[in-house]
Amino acid sequence: MLNDKDRIFKNLYNDSGADFNSAKKRGDWSNTKEICAKGKDWIINEIKLSELRGRGGAGFPTGLKWSFAPKKVGSRPHYLVINADESEPGTCKDRDILRFEPHKLIEGCLITSYAVNAHICYIYIRGEYYNEGQKLQKAINEAYKNNVIGKNASDTGWDFDIYIHYGAGAYICGEETALLESLEGKKGQPRLKPPFPALIGLYGCPTIINNVETIAVVPTILRRGGEWFSKLGKSKNTGTKIFCISGNVNNPCNVEEEMGISLKELIETHAGGVVGGWDNLQAVIPGGSSMPLLPKAICDTIKMDFDSLIAEKSGLGTAGIVVINNDQDIIKCMARIARFYKHESCGQCTPCREGSGWMWRMLERMAKGEASKDEVDMLMDVTKQIEGHTICAFGEGSAWPVQGLLRHFKNEIKKRNKFDPIVKEKKNIPYLVDQHLLDKNA
Amino acid sequence: MTLKKISKNQPENFEFTKESLEEAKNIIKKYPKDKQQSAVMPLLNIAQKQNDNWIPLSAMKYIGKFLEMPYIKVYEVATFYSMYNLSPVGKNFIQVCTTTPCMIRGASKIVEACKEKISENENELSKDKSCSWIEVECLGACINAPMMQINDDYYEDLNKEKALKILEQIILGKKPEPGSYRGRLNSEPENNRKTLLDIKNA
Repeated sequence: MLNDKDRIFKNLYNDSGADFNSAKKRGDWSNTKEICAKGKDWIINEIKLSELRGRGGAGFPTGLKWSFAPKKVGSRPHYLVINADESEPGTCKDRDILRFEPHKLIEGCLITSYAVNAHICYIYIRGEYYNEGQKLQKAINEAYKNNVIGKNASDTGWDFDIYIHYGAGAYICGEETALLESLEGKKGQPRLKPPFPALIGLYGCPTIINNVETIAVVPTILRRGGEWFSKLGKSKNTGTKIFCISGNVNNPCNVEEEMGISLKELIETHAGGVVGGWDNLQAVIPGGSSMPLLPKAICDTIKMDFDSLIAEKSGLGTAGIVVINNDQDIIKCMARIARFYKHESCGQCTPCREGSGWMWRMLERMAKGEASKDEVDMLMDVTKQIEGHTICAFGEGSAWPVQGLLRHFKNEIKKRNKFDPIVKEKKNIPYLVDQHLLDKNA
Repeated sequence: MTLKKISKNQPENFEFTKESLEEAKNIIKKYPKDKQQSAVMPLLNIAQKQNDNWIPLSAMKYIGKFLEMPYIKVYEVATFYSMYNLSPVGKNFIQVCTTTPCMIRGASKIVEACKEKISENENELSKDKSCSWIEVECLGACINAPMMQINDDYYEDLNKEKALKILEQIILGKKPEPGSYRGRLNSEPENNRKTLLDIKNA
């Protein structure tokens, strides 16, 4: 278990208050001026040294991302945008940072903005987190009052303003370019990349977009040194991470742990074990709903970090762990996730807009045992048609969980759905997937 | 993609009240000059709050003029995002999360509670016309599942009885205390905490 003194988020459960003075007691804002005085290159290098990878899901090296911003400000201003549009099922870590550690985020924003030459930062919070946004706004107001942000922020000579922008219930706005579109007052439909936002982003200006957790750990890393952070976890997967453990566990919770901790230890130690004991475990979704599930056999030994999970054809994503035990119908669980993606597809690319609905309807029927045996392979085909054929990663996000189900629970589906194609049965089912066979026979 | 039904009964006119106008002007100041279109989402939100929790077409036209942008662009935004209600909902708007993490902790029971206390169907006003409910996608409080959102507040760690009690109070016009209904501190592991104990006990 990670030592308490190495935990970054000491107020994760709000034991000691989220206000400015309490945050100061925990060490926030203590030497912001000295950190900035060491220079932009030093900050970016130190983050590179720490091997911090983005905490929003993709795991892109943060220091590298920052170094893509133009070194000198040209005719267009630079922006920093914080992605707090947390809506991945299974994930609720950013909510606690916004509520209980807002000053870590605000200080991180100031330091990052200084490093990437931005004077303005927008924090995009999902609309449902209205109360969390109000708490953050209160913290921002406190920070202005104490002159740690605003004109000559923290005496660094850098002018810096933070604004909150609320979303309105669109999961897709968690995708960085969709978020920018939304911030510009348009529909949240992702842009083609390249150009990347670091060069052409918000209002066509160079923009750095980072997740809340990524930015909130920056001040602590700079204070304790990139080397300290890189010694935690393992190489290329360094540091600590907030894990959200939900689903069929005895004590669902958020907990900050070292990267590379074993999944079993995480569930048994912190979440009080699986309901009905470890042997009652059916599957675990390791990184938010987009990541393929893992069956029990893999869960026994898997380590929670980016590369170990990729080796098992899954991913760490946002580290939102959803535990599913044997009392649940696994096909139904995945059908519900498919419904989520059908609901949230932005409708821009055809494979995703149509395919997400197909996958949902097929899975719903498979859960009820109304699908034919041919359809199991047909479903795999649909996921392959979506994956890689869309502008943004939503296509993969919706196809992967279904592929994970097919990879590990194909027998379960086949056991339940052993009919011949429906065309032969003459059953009256809406959304007949093998309609084309009917036409062929006619 | 969400399907949005636009109300057949539309008011003729819409105008911001004095308070809304002030708020709107402050919001526009957040964005760079000539980029006031960015304010369209917050302004739609203000309109929704002012107009009993839903946005009429006249409000979209008004906001379009206000921000000097075409009406269709406002319409596009209003129909894209799921939090904008385009037909009347209850003054108390109840959203029940039923996505997988909540589902496996028993979100269907919360839906049952809504059906019993408010109305048989989603988006249907209760008898006294004060409440309506809807199933929504992940609200981002998976640790505290199952949960529901009533207006701006999260009610967490529910079961059917607790949900029924909360809804009863809402119907009576009271505002029950939001937060966890199992008495736990935010997202800490209940009775099983092993971290940061020094700070907790300080």
